[in-house]
Amino acid sequence: MAGDRFATAVALRADLDAGRVSSLTLVEAALARAEAAAGLGAFVHLQPERAHADAIESDQRRARGDLRSPLDGIPVAIKDLMVQLGEPCTCASRILEGFVAPYQGTAAAKLREAGAVIVGRTNMDEFAMGSSNEHSIYGVARNPWDPARTPGGSSGGSAAAVAAGIVPIAFGSDTGGSIRQPASHCGVVGMKPSYGRVSRYGLVAFASSLDQIGPFARTASDCALALAAIAGHDAADSTSLPEAVPDYAAALNGDVSGLVIGLPREYFAEGADPAVVECVREAVAELERAGAKTREVSLPHTSYAIATYYLIATAEASSNLARYDGVRFGRRAQARTLGEMYRRTRSEGFGAEVKRRILLGTYVLSAGYYDAYYRKAMQVRTLLRRDFEEAFRGCDLIATPTAPEVAFRIGEKTADPLKMYLSDIYTVSANLAGIPGLSLPCGFVNGLPVGLQLLGRALDEATLLRVADAYQRRTSWHEQHPTPSWERPT
Amino acid sequence: MSYVATMARINPAEVERIADLARLELAPDEVERMTAELEAILGYVAALEQLDTTGVEPTLFARLVATPMRDDVAAPPLDPEAAVANAPERSGSAFVVPKVLEEDES
Amino acid sequence: MSARLQPHANYEVVIGLEVHVHLRTDSKLFSPAPVRYGDPPNHDTHPIDLGMPGVLPVLNRRVVELGVRAALATHCKVHPQSIFARKNYFYPDLPKGYQISQYEDPLATGGWLEIDVAGYDAPVRVGLTRIHIEEDAGKSIHDTAIAGEAGSHVDLNRAGVPLLEIVSEPDLRSPEEAAAYLRKLRELLRWADVSDADMEKGQFRCDANLSLRRHGATELGTRTELKNLNSFRFVEEALYAEIARQAELLDGGGRVVQATMHYEPARRTTRVMRLKENADDYRYFPDPDLLPLRIADADIEAVRRALPELPDDRRARFESEYALSEYDARLLTESRALADFYEAAATESSAPKVVANWMLRDVLAQLKERECEIDATQLTPIALAKLIALVENGRVTAASARPLVAALIEHGGDPEALVRERGLEAVSDTGMLESAADEAIAAHPDIAAQIRGGDPKGLNFLMGQVMKRTQGKANPKAVREILARKLEA
Ligand SMILES: [Mg+2]
Ligand SMILES: [Zn+2]
Repeated sequence: MAGDRFATAVALRADLDAGRVSSLTLVEAALARAEAAAGLGAFVHLQPERAHADAIESDQRRARGDLRSPLDGIPVAIKDLMVQLGEPCTCASRILEGFVAPYQGTAAAKLREAGAVIVGRTNMDEFAMGSSNEHSIYGVARNPWDPARTPGGSSGGSAAAVAAGIVPIAFGSDTGGSIRQPASHCGVVGMKPSYGRVSRYGLVAFASSLDQIGPFARTASDCALALAAIAGHDAADSTSLPEAVPDYAAALNGDVSGLVIGLPREYFAEGADPAVVECVREAVAELERAGAKTREVSLPHTSYAIATYYLIATAEASSNLARYDGVRFGRRAQARTLGEMYRRTRSEGFGAEVKRRILLGTYVLSAGYYDAYYRKAMQVRTLLRRDFEEAFRGCDLIATPTAPEVAFRIGEKTADPLKMYLSDIYTVSANLAGIPGLSLPCGFVNGLPVGLQLLGRALDEATLLRVADAYQRRTSWHEQHPTPSWERPT
Repeated sequence: MSYVATMARINPAEVERIADLARLELAPDEVERMTAELEAILGYVAALEQLDTTGVEPTLFARLVATPMRDDVAAPPLDPEAAVANAPERSGSAFVVPKVLEEDES
Repeated sequence: MSARLQPHANYEVVIGLEVHVHLRTDSKLFSPAPVRYGDPPNHDTHPIDLGMPGVLPVLNRRVVELGVRAALATHCKVHPQSIFARKNYFYPDLPKGYQISQYEDPLATGGWLEIDVAGYDAPVRVGLTRIHIEEDAGKSIHDTAIAGEAGSHVDLNRAGVPLLEIVSEPDLRSPEEAAAYLRKLRELLRWADVSDADMEKGQFRCDANLSLRRHGATELGTRTELKNLNSFRFVEEALYAEIARQAELLDGGGRVVQATMHYEPARRTTRVMRLKENADDYRYFPDPDLLPLRIADADIEAVRRALPELPDDRRARFESEYALSEYDARLLTESRALADFYEAAATESSAPKVVANWMLRDVLAQLKERECEIDATQLTPIALAKLIALVENGRVTAASARPLVAALIEHGGDPEALVRERGLEAVSDTGMLESAADEAIAAHPDIAAQIRGGDPKGLNFLMGQVMKRTQGKANPKAVREILARKLEA
């Protein structure tokens, strides 16, 4: 029996262990829900054959009693920029049409090692560039709470898949908020680990110094299991941290007493929807009731974060996306000469937002502007990093809104790129500083979920998970689910 | 160095030069639109100019200091068939691209 | 120092060279794919070399070690921190659309090497600006016989092969000096086991920057860049052609335009390949996939300690230790293999100076004839030392021994056995020599009489006659004694 579509991985594991259900049944149910939810646009590719085979193997392991991890046999989804040997990987871009990966990415390899069953690949903004999942060749992904609204982005499909109860766990990537912001908008838990905590080998690069893979789940405890499956040093990624991974599940002791939560003045000042801020303040108050202390902190360079982020991210992206040239893989435009091939392939293959960012990044790095833009941004990055170092001298973690508002309507911001960029105002700093961030549901405004963002010291994911778990033990926001209005009758 | 960093406004000719560097072809209306959008974004990022960063070390990486190194051990290469399997055009195990013409060399 | 060559009457020639050299590694700079030559297209790649989406580079430790070795061998300062940067440009054989190189912070800077130029009585010191690590690109094959009319083929076997780029100061003043610099650099890199530097395999490639200025002028003229001068002969030819082109321009009141030039060997001319403009905006920035390369002092010292004795030091030691002339020592240190061979043979022998003579006269002549290196032959230092000992002990004559050098080079073997097999033992049998001497005297009574009359001029002739009658095997010392006795005045 597939049972409750909103069952957590922890609950499903208990069902599997008790023999109440098989992995194959769970996987088939997840695939069926994904099919039925086509209208949500959460998935861009399902992989039933591989998933079936993997589920059967997992059931055999369980019968033999040699399970690989708590996720063994659990269906999961991955964002369409995580490379998986023998499967397509398009980054929701026309330019990668038809591409099938000839190698295994580290995250996919680790998920297999953990026994998790990947059922499909999720929708996203093209090359992870966007905050609404509207820039995808597969069409928009929709918010399960209100299909007229975006799920956020760029990992919109992963957030929607978890919120809609298709899979208990999905993975995305976060370069400036691309996990946390959609998690907030879809009412799920989403975590961006510390830079270097999860290998980027096999993560198609947007901005190399900012990108991290991270999990989505409906609870902090599922999130802990999911992070444990993919975290750890990888010799194939030079920027991977050679640090031991703590036992995240064991860190979830429900105890937050004595923890000091910093509330950055600049994040509560203005600009955010007051109703959103109210939810966040109430969530902080709940943590205080659980024994945490709060104090105001300052992150004085916050107002420069978006500008800094867009200079660094686009500069890196302009170079990272140079490899899409129609020579070795992907879609090539008809052309007579080499120059024509490059220009047409790239102009037809990339969407408007990607082109905009490539142009900005090329400009930022081009002769005469490097010092004014790129070097300057790298210096401001130092200041932002120091802001956090300073703040963490006086607190153990920081709490803020994840996004300034709840999920916006599809089409609402597409006409004004800058306005869209400002959706990431509370999230980009964590990427620039390389620290972990987590968003968890903390209430509703007009029936739409609000996210509480927790930021931690570098490598201290455990504290964020512990606090999020403690909060969820005391509240029930995470137990509220959207009505599956998107399902086609079958 | 006495170089003073200044952030410039962008014009359509500049957008075309940048597009050429990035191997993107923009239709005239696209050039116009991109110019306006980039100008708005550059106007926004110009706020960084106000910040005095004299003597501030640029951050490349948050925590990492030295690049790791691997031993010089060769692994079996990718099967040549897999290497070119995704190629839009191939001949045997070689990738094929249109000829470079003189007009391309600029 | 004698005057340096002046290739042009009106202008001083200023040349700086950029050399790209493949490092002697088993795997690539940032991927574990093997470094191999001559395989069919795309047989030696890893997804990293193909620039597949999502791949990342990891630095090969051996490359750093070899880079440091090259830097120390050329007296460069190795920097404790260097930074990998991306050089962005589009070309089909550049899979990622950028080359990982080093830009603002290279591996090493500020070295020099001394070059020997034919006709100069002292070496010239040439400055080295920098040495940096970078990856090679693949190959585009435009040959219509292979790729057809409409397209080009792209082979990425070479993509990611580790390179050092070694940039000289504009200290060279003639094509001859440029060629001498390249020879010296190539030998040094081979000597230090940094590279095989086989030009035919593309392991040692040269670009040249050349400008002219009026004699006595201090400012540099506008330079052009000559790309891919891939043999020593081409380097000199191409530079002379470019000197002629620039001089003609300047003589006619024109000016040189900054450009990349291509040398056409068939016509012995250079032509403009590409003007330097927008395309050279490479948008360098630090590669965010790699962290700074940190090299500890202790590691630099370890490389220094492991460095073999370098040619200049070795030459000096040969002069003092084996009493060789500077000229002979220089010849014997032209390659590490040759110097090692000599030293091994000299150590075996009681007469190192004699060994040097045999090396310079007989062995080198054979190598030249065969166009091969000493280590590609069957000859061993012990065999050579043994052969020389046989001559020194009078067991075989020098004349008999000489042809054996060729045999030993070709087939190897033990000189003593070879002498025995071929019946080349020197004849010291007095009876046989006495009768040969009598025959020679009888056949040339006039010369015998002259000698008896007190004029020894003909003695050598008679000795030759005796040698002839003994097929060159007669012990010359014994023959001389017998003849002298028989012809005593
Ligand atoms: Mg160069
Ligand atoms: Zn180079």
